[in-house]
Order: sequence, then structure tokens, then C-alpha cells
Amino acid sequence: MPVLRIPTPLRAYTDGKSEVTVSGSNIADVLADLTAKYPALKPHLFNEGGDLRPFVNLFVGESNIKDLQGVDTPIKDGERIMLIPSIAGGAHVA
Amino acid sequence: MLPELSRDEILRYSRHLLIPEVGLEGQRKLKNSSALIIGTGGLGSPVSLYLAAAGIGRIGLVDYDVVDSSNLQRQVIHGTSTVGKLKVESAREKLLDLNPDIQVELYNEPYTSENALRIAKDYDIILDGTDNFPTRYLTNDVAVFLGKPNVYASIYRFDGQVSVFYAKEGPCYRCLFPEPPPPGLVPSCAEGGVLGVLPGTIGTLQATEALKVLLGIGEPLIGKLLLYNALDMSFDFVKLKKNPNCRVCGPNADIKELIDYEEFCGVPSHDHEDEGSAGAGWDITVTELAERVKTNHLKLIDVREPHELEISRLPNATNIPLGQLAARLSELDSAEDMVLFCKSGARSTRALELLTSAGFKKVKNLKGGINAWAKEVDKNLPVY
Repeated sequence: MPVLRIPTPLRAYTDGKSEVTVSGSNIADVLADLTAKYPALKPHLFNEGGDLRPFVNLFVGESNIKDLQGVDTPIKDGERIMLIPSIAGGAHVA
Repeated sequence: MLPELSRDEILRYSRHLLIPEVGLEGQRKLKNSSALIIGTGGLGSPVSLYLAAAGIGRIGLVDYDVVDSSNLQRQVIHGTSTVGKLKVESAREKLLDLNPDIQVELYNEPYTSENALRIAKDYDIILDGTDNFPTRYLTNDVAVFLGKPNVYASIYRFDGQVSVFYAKEGPCYRCLFPEPPPPGLVPSCAEGGVLGVLPGTIGTLQATEALKVLLGIGEPLIGKLLLYNALDMSFDFVKLKKNPNCRVCGPNADIKELIDYEEFCGVPSHDHEDEGSAGAGWDITVTELAERVKTNHLKLIDVREPHELEISRLPNATNIPLGQLAARLSELDSAEDMVLFCKSGARSTRALELLTSAGFKKVKNLKGGINAWAKEVDKNLPVY
């Protein structure tokens, strides 16, 4: 099954897990499985309309899914998916 | 014509001169070059120290903050003796001690749409060591408009990112992050914390990239993003492509001048305090709360992480970390008067939004959080 790497800021919503094994043959399925397992992640990844938020970047191997087939990008068994967060650092975000 | 090196400079930079990729000519290039460093904090500390040591001829520092003792866990350019001083002044002192042959120019002002182009135009390279989204987008757009490389780095807890955004040769920051997360979705370092050595690791990588770009050697991280995690000691690289729909560097770019970045990001970039306020009618101050708890029954909800309770806590408060709140609403009684609090008010503001959208009405946000309580009500509690 594919493995999804969770960045530190989002680990609060995955019980602290840094990697989550997910099922699915494309990104859309994988994300559906992920958010079914961890519902609190959903608002961080999707907007109200159910679309992936523009600042959410998913990479399969070294490539951004935006440069592949978006959420239809196929995923092979054992493939590593990286979720790359938008982080600013510092003190004044919230 | 590149400037000559003095006899003292030849000795000072001898370890550079021995490397064929730098050599005498490279060192003269560095002497002739200039770098603007946005932020003199966690990243700006190692970046400015190493660029000064390397002999960059002119270094500009932009920061309007003063040194605070909570900075010293990671901002190693400052010291206990400079607490309370302007960060740019404190940094200049250290840089000129390290290398008196360079010029250090100070901009003790917030970096804004009004001054950014004027400040940045005379520098060869820009280093983004800022701590907030509005200034990151501003730094990117300035670099794109002026055609300069923007050496980017960002940190959070144990994670770091580094890239060189240079729109002439590759993608810009907006190609990767077309828009910022909505306010409150990403915790800041003041809320989430940062390992003190992390900006050291990431900042030195940032300085390395700047030197490579200025010297024209090696393969800078143009079109590549480095992702570092200190806990796993992992370095991952991903490829970045120019986004054809990029609003600043794409072929159909519609942003042609600097915009209002605070409005774009929905957050202020230049307030010193990160005290969250939920707005009129939703806040309660610590002095009001101290009065109220004497006479009324109030349910106190602490939305901080469990490990923060070891630092300070309010008696009789129930701990429900913000990340768990949505799933634990059934534990709360909407008929009860509630006060939400966290470290300084930012997370509790988000908790309040969550509760009010779930129909809770008798709920307030403790303005300034438990830190305000520790400063004004119970001075036995530590501020962190």
C-alpha cells in the first residue's frame, strides 16, 4: 500500500504519526482513505467545495501532482507520497 | 572591475583562496557582492554571520524588532547583553567584530510594499529569513519584479525547507504556494515551537546557496526544494516547475506591482504580540476573568497541548487540545458559560470560531491567554 508522509504541523491531526499507510490507486482515493482515518485533517487539505486547497502540495516521488495528473495521478503499491506544508516560521501567523 | 584584496584580506580568506572553485577571483567577487537579509532572527543569525565571515562586501539587514530573552534559544547573533536593543544594531555589532572589512547597512523598519523595492534594488541577492506569510509573499514578489534570486528558507519545530526562487531561471515561491493558508490553519513557531538548532542547520544551508549563486558555482537549488526533518535526520528533494498560471512570474501574470500583502494573507505581518483576539464581545480580559471566577461558575477550557500544562496551568481547567476539539464537542455543554484559553490567545481564538460555528453561544476567548494571566494576575506563574 502507498505511504503518505505527514509534515510536522499536521501530525497533531494524525495522532502524531509521521507516516500513514493508505489505500487507493490514485491520489483522490488515497486522500479519501486518509481523511476517513483522520477526519480532523480534512479542513486542512480541502476547501468547503471539496477541492484540494491551492497551498497543499502533494509529491509522488520527486514530482508535484500538479505537474502530473492532479488528484487522478495513479499511485503504485509501496510508492511514497509527500505532503508539503506551507510554513512561515516565526511568531505572527495566527 | 573586481576590487583587489588587501594583504590582511588575503590572510583572512586564505581557506577560501585554497579552494579552486573560489580562489582569488571568487573572493574578489564576494567582496564586490551584496546581500539583503530580511529578518535578523533565527535564520538571519547564521545567514548573516556566515555571509559576513565569507566576505560578502555589503550586507543589508531588515528588522524592526528588539532582542528578547526568548529569542536567545536560537538567535545566536544576539546575546544576553543585547536584550532590549534593536536586533539590527545588536547584529551589526557582532558582524563587524567578526569582519570589520565589510559594510553593514541597517533598515530598522518593517519590510513593506512602500519601502521594499527601494531597499532591495541595490542588492545582488535577497535572503528570506522572515517569520510570516505576508512578508514571504512580499519578498518573493520584490525578487521577481527586480529579477533577483530569492534564497528561501522556512522552519517549524523539526522541519525545514530551503530553495532558491529565481524567476529568470526557474519557479518562484508563488509557483509552489499560489496563496497562503487561511489564517489560523498553520500554527506559528510561537505557538508550535522550534528546535533551537533548526534555524542553524537551515540558515547555514541558505547561506551556502547564497554563496553558490554569488560565485556562480555548483548547482543551486533552483527548481528544487529541500525538505529537512531533524528527528528523522532526513533530507528529501523534490522538483519544482514554473507554474504556467503563476500570477507574478507566469506568461499571463496579472500581478504587476506590489499589493497589500496583509490583506492577501488575511493576517497582520507587523504586530509584535501574537495575542489572539476574537473581536468585540467575544473576548474576556484576564482581570475580568479573575473577577468573574470569584462569583460565577465558569468552565475553563485549556486548548493547549498536554505538555504545555507542565509549564503553567489554571486550576480546574479542562484540557482539550485544539486538534481534538472538533471530535470532542460532545463533552461540552452549550448551556454552560465557558472561557477558552491557550498560551497567548491565538489557538483559543480558533477554538472559539469552531465552537461558535457549532452553535455554542455562551463562550468567550481569554485575551492574551495564560501568559497574560501570568503577567497580570498570578505572577507566580511563568511566562513562556
